[in-house]
Amino acid sequence: MSGIVTYGSYIPRYRIKPDEIARVWGENPEHIKNGIYILSKSVPAPDEDVATISVEAARNALKRKKIDPKEIGAIYVGSESHPYAVKPTATIVGSAIGVDFSLFAADYEFACKAGTAGMQNVKAMVDAGMIKYGLAIGADTSQGAPGDALEYSASAGGTAFVIGKDDTIAEINSTLSVASDTPDFWRREGQPYPSHGERFTGEPAYFRHVVTAAKMMMERMETQPKDYDYVVFHQPNGKFPTRAAKMLGFEEKQYKDGLLTPYIGNTYSGSMMTGLSSILDVSKPGDHILAVSFGSGAGSDAFDITVTDRIEEMDRNRAPTIKKMLENVRWVDYAIYAKYKKKIIVGDGIE
Amino acid sequence: MGQLSRFWRESEHRYRLLGTRCENCGRVYFPPREVCPTCHRESIGKMKDLELSGEGVIESFTVVHEAPPRFSRQKPYVLALIKMEEGPMITGQIVDCDPSEVEIGKHVHAVFRRMGEDGDTGVIVYGYKFALD
Ligand SMILES: [Zn+2]
Repeated sequence: MSGIVTYGSYIPRYRIKPDEIARVWGENPEHIKNGIYILSKSVPAPDEDVATISVEAARNALKRKKIDPKEIGAIYVGSESHPYAVKPTATIVGSAIGVDFSLFAADYEFACKAGTAGMQNVKAMVDAGMIKYGLAIGADTSQGAPGDALEYSASAGGTAFVIGKDDTIAEINSTLSVASDTPDFWRREGQPYPSHGERFTGEPAYFRHVVTAAKMMMERMETQPKDYDYVVFHQPNGKFPTRAAKMLGFEEKQYKDGLLTPYIGNTYSGSMMTGLSSILDVSKPGDHILAVSFGSGAGSDAFDITVTDRIEEMDRNRAPTIKKMLENVRWVDYAIYAKYKKKIIVGDGIE
Repeated sequence: MGQLSRFWRESEHRYRLLGTRCENCGRVYFPPREVCPTCHRESIGKMKDLELSGEGVIESFTVVHEAPPRFSRQKPYVLALIKMEEGPMITGQIVDCDPSEVEIGKHVHAVFRRMGEDGDTGVIVYGYKFALD
């Protein structure tokens, strides 16, 4: 058996409110807030990107548990906003945390589930005895086109999990995936902003994959919703995960601790993993967690997890908890947001 | 290309705040040194790599208003002299704050950020900056 040895997250400090975005585009903010249930979203600083967020998340994981970086044999970084089109984020992370030259490494892309695909990958490598520890990261600095509905939700953040066999704080009892060719959301090479197939986003994409993967996992584990202390899903907005939870028969007390999108927006590849990180911040030995990601295009990865006694030995406050990152914020207006996100283009010599 | 190879050569100490410690006198240096300037010959073979914790205190600072183009989205920004926990003094940018919040004596920690990029097609340079605790 293998599982999570340590974990860490990073959410940029800047936030913008939907009221501010709606003011600029002449939309009704109450309509937006009620429609997608997002009250604020994170905004990366101009000098932050997926590599810097990944490094901060990985360092936060290593602050919680001192493991020798040279024992991390694999790094996979899932994102749809890697800073380079060609040149891996994983090697930047490896260098920044001081791993060995002997290393399995690659970047993954599968819309919002590339990070959890990395978790499955390193777990399999740990189980196969290829590596002692593997680092899986999901991080994004997603873009929504100015004025597009996605602009209210697309945010930035990421989470890192170190997976191993020894000293796990949470055992991954089982994992499974579903996938199908679905045109719900995409971004063509070289395009700055994504496109979405409006009529595909809900039922045939998100709900079909998330709900099916969750049901398959419960069938495999012979569990029912009431057997879980926590449940966390991918969170493209504040409404979808809540609806998926209710469709499956989960209650608010099970999903509220992992639901972060209302406060930080959709961190894409970081979304479900950061929700899981928030649950690990507060969970106790024996807690049973169901975690299901979703990536457009489309697929879902499901995890059945049990928290172990060792979580009590870990000083979780050695790195900032999600709660702390939700409190420590700086608000920006649309003009500053547009400058930071490079929605304002400046001429040569000015930048 | 000369600049590219220099960035690459220095990337490890810039990414990880990797300095050196003289095993003869205990002094810590950043950037790393081959020989201890105090112990000279006695330090030869005794300079060991040491990764700094990233924790430090602001000794002095200045607010930069006339910034080079690559800081156009960040100005005005704060450049500070930071006394690291292990001893060395490092110059670095203080990020994610209003210049009015920065004061001498405040505690900071290192963060990993983009230092700049070589236009739209060149490499991105990463390294350490600092944030208020
Ligand atoms: Zn010396």
